[in-house]
Amino acid sequence: MTIKKISKHQPETFEFNEENLILFQKEIKKYPETKKASAVISLLYLVQKQNNNWIPLIAIKYVAKLLSMSYMQVYEVVTFYSMFNLTPVGKYFIQVCTTTPCMIRDSKKIVDVCKKYISEKPDQISENKICSWTEVECLGSCVSAPMMQINSDYYEDLDEEKAEEIIKNILDDKLPPPGSARNRKNTSPENARTTLLEVKNA
Amino acid sequence: MLKDSNRIFKNLYNDLGWDIDSSINRGDWSKTKDFILKGKDWIINEIKSSELRGRGGAGFPTGLKLSFAPKEVGSRPHYLVINADESEPGTCKDRDILRFEPQKLIEGCLIASYAVNAHTCYIYIRGEYFNEGQRLQEALNQAYAKNFIGKNACDSGWNLDIYIHYGAGAYICGEETALLESLEGKKGQPRLKPPFPALVGLYGCPTIVNNVETIAIVPTILMRGAKWFSSLGLPKNTGTKIFCISGNVNNPCNVEEEMGIPLKDLIEKHAGGVVGGWNNLQAVIPGGSSMPMLPKNICETITMDFDSLIKAKSGLGTAGIIVINKDQDIIKCMARLAKFYKHESCGQCTPCREGSGWMWRMLERMAEGESSYKDIDLLYDVTKQIEGHTICAFGEGSSWPVQGLLRHFRKEIEKRSHDEPLVKKKNNIPYLIDQHLLEKDSA
Ligand SMILES: Cc1cc2nc3c(=O)[nH]c(=O)nc-3n(C[C@H](O)[C@H](O)[C@H](O)COP(=O)(O)O)c2cc1C
Ligand code: SF4
Ligand code: FES
Repeated sequence: MTIKKISKHQPETFEFNEENLILFQKEIKKYPETKKASAVISLLYLVQKQNNNWIPLIAIKYVAKLLSMSYMQVYEVVTFYSMFNLTPVGKYFIQVCTTTPCMIRDSKKIVDVCKKYISEKPDQISENKICSWTEVECLGSCVSAPMMQINSDYYEDLDEEKAEEIIKNILDDKLPPPGSARNRKNTSPENARTTLLEVKNA
Repeated sequence: MLKDSNRIFKNLYNDLGWDIDSSINRGDWSKTKDFILKGKDWIINEIKSSELRGRGGAGFPTGLKLSFAPKEVGSRPHYLVINADESEPGTCKDRDILRFEPQKLIEGCLIASYAVNAHTCYIYIRGEYFNEGQRLQEALNQAYAKNFIGKNACDSGWNLDIYIHYGAGAYICGEETALLESLEGKKGQPRLKPPFPALVGLYGCPTIVNNVETIAIVPTILMRGAKWFSSLGLPKNTGTKIFCISGNVNNPCNVEEEMGIPLKDLIEKHAGGVVGGWNNLQAVIPGGSSMPMLPKNICETITMDFDSLIKAKSGLGTAGIIVINKDQDIIKCMARLAKFYKHESCGQCTPCREGSGWMWRMLERMAEGESSYKDIDLLYDVTKQIEGHTICAFGEGSSWPVQGLLRHFRKEIEKRSHDEPLVKKKNNIPYLIDQHLLEKDSA
């Protein structure tokens, strides 16, 4: 289970902007009329999107009201899932995978780069207030290990230098292109294709 | 090696384009209407005789599962739910299907929904796969625009709506009943079974849950025939499978191969061999992190299919192959996996919640050489107290890999262990006052 820190500084109000109100209507249409609670995860994502990537307590109340749920039901959801942040994170939120397949391929070096350039400890916002990093469990990209996720993009096939380059860019408020850092063709064996050869040359 | 012409996922690496027109060029959607007009029984029988087994981990026969949905729709609607939670360490195959072969999945959803009498299908995607979800949504929009899904899908008379539902970072939501809880807007904690989802599932309605790869294979089976599919692989372990080969190999990759292919071929031919050569191999986790590891001597000859791996006291699981060479500290590798399970336990069952922490802490101590011989048996005992005493199979998934380590690498742990410090001191010191203060130093 994840431990959630709740921010000491809480805004007093929260309401969806117009765009998110429209998206809210769209989301609840996916589910039967009496099952609006199903939309809770997607509404919490909208909250995060609107509120610099974290969820204030007042927004939990707001979402509960929209979906006719109790405050506690939504609070349970927010605290159960690892992707909901209850305290501010950087504009660029870096998540380094360190589970065994990534660990075997030296994910520790990526963590060290984060420590060196962003903050000594995870979940602290960098000096220039622009990014923060954390360690996460397997992100489902193990054949491109080591890897990290920045906001919604995957940065794969990393090594120390590539990670350094990407993070320096981030600290300058520039988001480098995602994908394989070695320009590998997706999950194919690098430089040594064994299958789908005709297709490749077609 | 499997011939390219027998591969189902021709766009696995996105050489050909993921959009609907490219997919149609590859043959998707060409006969969907015919299949549906042949009726539910024909579809289910064809899948049954293809002997397709679920690709989500448990290897349950897919045709049989589809036949569990009630034949007639009663007062409650039926649902098809696709499991795209893919969080098992070592596994990243469904991601490629979502990104590059989405139409195969969507066509499969239509056929399977029809077969189980469902007019609504939810695809549950792990939250981290946000981009893959956006891609799939585009693919769904394209399929709607061509009226392949929606009202009177493919002109077959069947109505089907497909919706994407994102998770938010919880491995346990891959377990099918936890997934349903999550879909209902709750914490993803598994349900007690029975009742099984086929009768009481989403919103209490009959629900069939299948993995992405399973359903994406279905259209090709119908297209090329059950005989073709079952001619590949081994009896009861038929067809092709996407293997994910990660860890200490020269060319980590995903590759579609025949079921029953020797593990050594996958590693040597497709993944460019073990880093440092085959003799540098220490162990392989063959089926995602929940499956016990195999030491090198078993890896020499083992074939990759459900039944041979069970015989070797492991399992095919998700076919996520994690290769570990001799440069790695095997105990540390397993300690890190134990930490994963400790982090992901949903906390409902005491043996799983507490046991996963125990296993992690003990393995960390063993890796650091701080454990005593007695701890080894104690660790085994902890795994036995978890296994079989929990609500869901997470309990087995977290304890089996540790048992695998103890089975094959007990010597390695013993090498780093020592006698109980307390015992030694007992002999030396007649007065045992404040013995515990001495313990740490002498350890
Ligand atoms: C802890 C746990 C995690 C699981 N994670 C997944 C997963 O990520 N994806 C998946 O398809 N099945 C997963 N499963 C298996 C599902 O419960 C279910 O058996 C599967 O989705 C059925 O699909 P299939 O018959 O097509 O294999 C998991 C099971 C357990 C116990
Ligand atoms: S076995 Fe673990 S993950 Fe499964 S229900 Fe029990 S506590 Fe939750
Ligand atoms: S272990 Fe890092 S992506 Fe799977």
